[in-house]
Amino acid sequence: MDDLKKEPTYIKTFSSDELALSTKNLSVLYGGTIQKLFNVSLGFKKNAITALIGASGSGKSTFLRSLNRMNDKVATVKGNIIFHGLDVNKPNINVYELRKNIGMVFQKPNPFPKSIRANITYALKADGQKDKQKLDQIVEESLRAAALWDEVKDKLDKSALALSGGQQQRLCIARAIALKPEILLLDEPASALDPVSTAKLEDTLKQLRSRYTMVMVTHNMQQASRISEYTAFFHLGHVLEYDVTSNVFTNPKGRITEKYIQGSFG
Amino acid sequence: MHAKRNDKIATVFIYIFVAIVICILAGILGEILITGLPHLSWHFLSSSASSFQAGGGVRDQLFNSVYLLILTIAISLPIALGAAIYLSEYAKDNWITNTIRTSIEILSSLPSIVVGLFGYLLFVIQFNLGFSIISGALALTFFNLPILTSNIEQALEGVPQSQREAGQALGLSNWKTIRGIVLPAALPGILTGIVLSAGRVFGEAAALIYTAGQSGSTIDYSNWNAFSPTSFLNVMRPAETLAVHIWKVNTEGIIPDATIVSAATSALLVIVVIIFNFGARALGNMLYRKLTASNTK
Repeated sequence: MDDLKKEPTYIKTFSSDELALSTKNLSVLYGGTIQKLFNVSLGFKKNAITALIGASGSGKSTFLRSLNRMNDKVATVKGNIIFHGLDVNKPNINVYELRKNIGMVFQKPNPFPKSIRANITYALKADGQKDKQKLDQIVEESLRAAALWDEVKDKLDKSALALSGGQQQRLCIARAIALKPEILLLDEPASALDPVSTAKLEDTLKQLRSRYTMVMVTHNMQQASRISEYTAFFHLGHVLEYDVTSNVFTNPKGRITEKYIQGSFG
Repeated sequence: MHAKRNDKIATVFIYIFVAIVICILAGILGEILITGLPHLSWHFLSSSASSFQAGGGVRDQLFNSVYLLILTIAISLPIALGAAIYLSEYAKDNWITNTIRTSIEILSSLPSIVVGLFGYLLFVIQFNLGFSIISGALALTFFNLPILTSNIEQALEGVPQSQREAGQALGLSNWKTIRGIVLPAALPGILTGIVLSAGRVFGEAAALIYTAGQSGSTIDYSNWNAFSPTSFLNVMRPAETLAVHIWKVNTEGIIPDATIVSAATSALLVIVVIIFNFGARALGNMLYRKLTASNTK
């Protein structure tokens, strides 16, 4: 495996006022011994979509789930995650508050078995928002932002499970942005969707770009090149290349990146 | 052609075995209902049991059975729910958890007569509760807890992990996620678990003979003072249930119509179990639809 040298070829950096979130030497260990991620230091630019690409098992999802501390119970995460100048990977951080600021959308749509409205309002109510009018307003805003409003406005009190897969996924986005996060983490959000739903989802994400910083794991390289500004390439737990998306795809600096982009493995 | 022939033989055997099961079930149920139903009458349901003459009813036994069941569920449900939530949501996968699970499994196969004798020693003698409804309810709780706990645990584990992740990713605490998302989603399964265990409790005799007693006291259904000895609500009075009544009239009963009474009581027992089976299912579906909003127009 000598040809798969794990030295990064290029890691783009941003000035600190451009950054929404960054990691420093982030490592993840499962069961105390199996290391899935090695010293990953990445910065994510504000109001941009950053794609994380790489083969299965390259650690991109593990990395993503560490950012909002979803790995707390299953793995040991070492290193720093800097958000507003604060290391949020410290044990004394209130993860519930953190997750309200860093929302997440999962691979498989996972709406609650509740009404469309309740899917969005449940977390808000738990957060103390009781004003009915305000809640209605947030429901409409979030659904509009997720480009779902026109399709569901007449059936807000019907079950979310009756929606199509694509609609469910957009509802999950609406549910996440209802909490007004700054960052949205997307874990292969389109992998369970058909091409038409995927296109719609991508349009939605592009519209959200101006208001949210998004980090998206994807298996689909066309998708990464279509909607992301920056792309990081993960390989065996290391980030080998991180640059403007067009550079990564048209002019990769590393041999492994090039091979992956060309589809030689993955 | 071997594969095809073997497949046919296997299919025939499977059908035969299914037929055996169905025949046994239908035979038992049919026998109970055919011999019992003709003797079920309003008079039988509304009059008290007689000690010597023919023509007694099972009013008090029916009430006692239902009352004991309600008390048992009321005591065991909160405990079982808590234990099940712990096992499914909080417990780490280690040897302690596995020991707890194994213990629960062993307890659930404990013979009910053993539970009854244990209840007799602990509640009736040690705690000085005497032969009483409360002793019976506590013994039945011991009998019911393991099964109820594992039924509820299974229902909770049937809720996909992605639902919990969705809750946590929205900044909901663990408890809030369990209460607001996991529990409602598991509700139909939990109700089924309650019903299944309730059927067992309702028909239980051995655990009650030495705890709730075999004789009924005089009960006044208009006396709502639960502390009065004659009140139907009094938990300190001895109480004979339907299942114990069947056992009793067949062993030491001296009434001339013992066969008729036990046949009718058996039919009644089966019918009541069937009724709240369906009832709870309907209730579960209704609650589920309400909680998940899947019925609105």
